Amino acid sequence: MGVGIKVEHLNAWFGKTQALHDISMDVPANRATAVIGPSGCGKSTFVRCLNRMHETVPDAHAAGKVRMGDVDVYNGTTAVQIRRRIGMVFQKPNPFPTMSIYDNVAAGLKLNGFRHRHRLDEIVERSLKLSALGDEVKDTLRKKSGASLSGGQQQRLCIARALAVEPQVLLMDEPCSALDPISTGKIEELIFQLKEKFTIVIVTHNMQQASRVAEFTGFFLLGKLIEFDKTEKIFTTPSDKRTEDYITGRFG
Amino acid sequence: MRTRFQQGLDDLRTRLLRMGGLAEQAVDRACQAYIDRDLTRCHMVLEGESLINAAEREIDELAFDLLAMQQPMAVDLRFILAVTKINSDLERVGDQAVNIAERVMDMVELPTVSLPVDIARMAAAVSAMVRRSLESFIEGKAELAQAVLEMDNVVDRMRDEAFISLVKTMNERPDVTRQALDALLIARNLERVADHATNIAEDVIFWVRGADVRHNVAPETPLHQSVTDTH
Repeated sequence: MGVGIKVEHLNAWFGKTQALHDISMDVPANRATAVIGPSGCGKSTFVRCLNRMHETVPDAHAAGKVRMGDVDVYNGTTAVQIRRRIGMVFQKPNPFPTMSIYDNVAAGLKLNGFRHRHRLDEIVERSLKLSALGDEVKDTLRKKSGASLSGGQQQRLCIARALAVEPQVLLMDEPCSALDPISTGKIEELIFQLKEKFTIVIVTHNMQQASRVAEFTGFFLLGKLIEFDKTEKIFTTPSDKRTEDYITGRFG
Repeated sequence: MRTRFQQGLDDLRTRLLRMGGLAEQAVDRACQAYIDRDLTRCHMVLEGESLINAAEREIDELAFDLLAMQQPMAVDLRFILAVTKINSDLERVGDQAVNIAERVMDMVELPTVSLPVDIARMAAAVSAMVRRSLESFIEGKAELAQAVLEMDNVVDRMRDEAFISLVKTMNERPDVTRQALDALLIARNLERVADHATNIAEDVIFWVRGADVRHNVAPETPLHQSVTDTH
């Protein structure tokens, strides 16, 4: 099951440049939450702070509190432990090109020393099924490389890879920006189904996508969280003029 | 700034106002036709109906295109939805004006009689409601729209008074039953125009404030509760 994420007074910097300012947000468990805002507003930095990927950038650091369920993300846990509980899918599908489809999905588990072959088969099959890719690749699992798949299939393979380690949270950073409408539709349908099992945070530039898949939406501007509310409220009657100006295309 | 989209919204607003002008004019002409027993004005109302109907179709088409092509959000989405509903109400206002004109055309064949109803006063109140509801749309002011909602009660009372006094007249003076019935039906047409003006005002409030004030939901229901309201 997914867990909620409680963010309190989160700040983030790249060197001396502050990218996030005092962000507080409650991401509800087993819901899809969209993060929207213009380029450079800090939305990707925000999600990368949730799984401590932000600190992998040289000179970057973050301060504040992030709790994922009962785990304090920045205190008493390692980044590796956190990333086992938080899967991430990126803008551009990034399957391991030399690995088969099967090995792509099993990679995270193998890296963690999981060697039980029969169980591994089960997890790969279940992850591919969860990511709605199972039927399309079942006959070529071990023959074809991940890179041989179409863009949309590659992205679903990356989702399967992220799900294989049984995370509680799935972060998606513009997962459909490189995909055609059919593949985008499949990923959106997937998000809808996956939130029964996982908490999903999705960064998107596509406001229609946010309105289609997310129950909650946060609007970021210049590193600040301007408004966080139910998605239908954000897109019909936002409380803040800056949110309204952005979603109606008056700036950004 | 989405220039083409903004032009589309401006176009929609201009067309709706033009249609509003036609509907308002139709009601005024129909009422004046009643007062003056003027067949010429009746024909003008009937001829004007096709213009109103054509305007309704054009506005719906433009609104539909904007919804499909521009995916409007927030205030723009509320504006377009409000326009489509106001469009429908204005078309119905035109229909009511036609009903009044047809009733007058029937009436002029009959002898003139004095009736205990002030249609002119009621028409003035209803015209004012239509005019003010359109003004609230032009200015995007919910306060003006709110004032229209309050006027509706006045017109309802006028309709009730007309009903009581005209039924009494019909009972007491069977020879003027047809004239009294015509007047009663015109009072009902006018009251319906007032209802449409009320709907328009409610749609303006929906557009401007994002609040649903239909059906006397007190004091004002926001379209969606905020998470801060539910926590």
